[in-house]
Amino acid sequence: MSIQVKFFASLREKIGISDAEINNVPTAGDAWDIATNNAERPVNVLVAINLEYAQFDSPINEGDEVAFFPPVTGG
Amino acid sequence: MTTHIAEVAFNPWQEIIGHQQQSGLDKQFGATATFIGSMRDFNDNTDVSHMVLEHYPEMTQRYLDKLEAEANQRWDLLDTLIIHRVGAINPADPIVLIACWSAHRRAALDACSWLIEELKHHAPFWKKETRQDGDRWVEQNTDGF
Repeated sequence: MSIQVKFFASLREKIGISDAEINNVPTAGDAWDIATNNAERPVNVLVAINLEYAQFDSPINEGDEVAFFPPVTGG
Repeated sequence: MTTHIAEVAFNPWQEIIGHQQQSGLDKQFGATATFIGSMRDFNDNTDVSHMVLEHYPEMTQRYLDKLEAEANQRWDLLDTLIIHRVGAINPADPIVLIACWSAHRRAALDACSWLIEELKHHAPFWKKETRQDGDRWVEQNTDGF
């Protein structure tokens, strides 16, 4: 089992990857560090764990999907 | 109660009529409140020729369903319909439709207003505009006032 990491919109273009598979780590912030190779984190990045909004210090578990994206602009 | 992510252009007026006819609302409703958001051909005083709406498909559908369920808990609604476009969009194309049916006007009006604000602030959609000087991600929604 592992962690699926996804990036969307401008953040995907900035980081240069749309998704990654990483080994389990304790928090969403750790997943960012591993998946982006410690890229600087823009202040307005949002995070979701298993399709629900979460925080960077939220714990993650094997099999989770962690997504990072910029402020939303729908509607 | 229906939510739908539309990958092709839709006619919101036909959607409202079609939903109303199929919903079994019969003659119970006394109020229908609707919000239709369409693409402008300008933003920040600059012409915009078209845009692409990206989303996080699984989370978007889940979030719209969650919003709809919460609206139906908070207000005494008879039915709701939410449709949101993704993909390539041209000026004047509808982007979002929210329709709320209730027995009396206040519930439909308040729920419709709440739904569009919640959707705009939290549903994971992102707009990328094409302008004369190139493509640009919209960084934040206007305050709408």
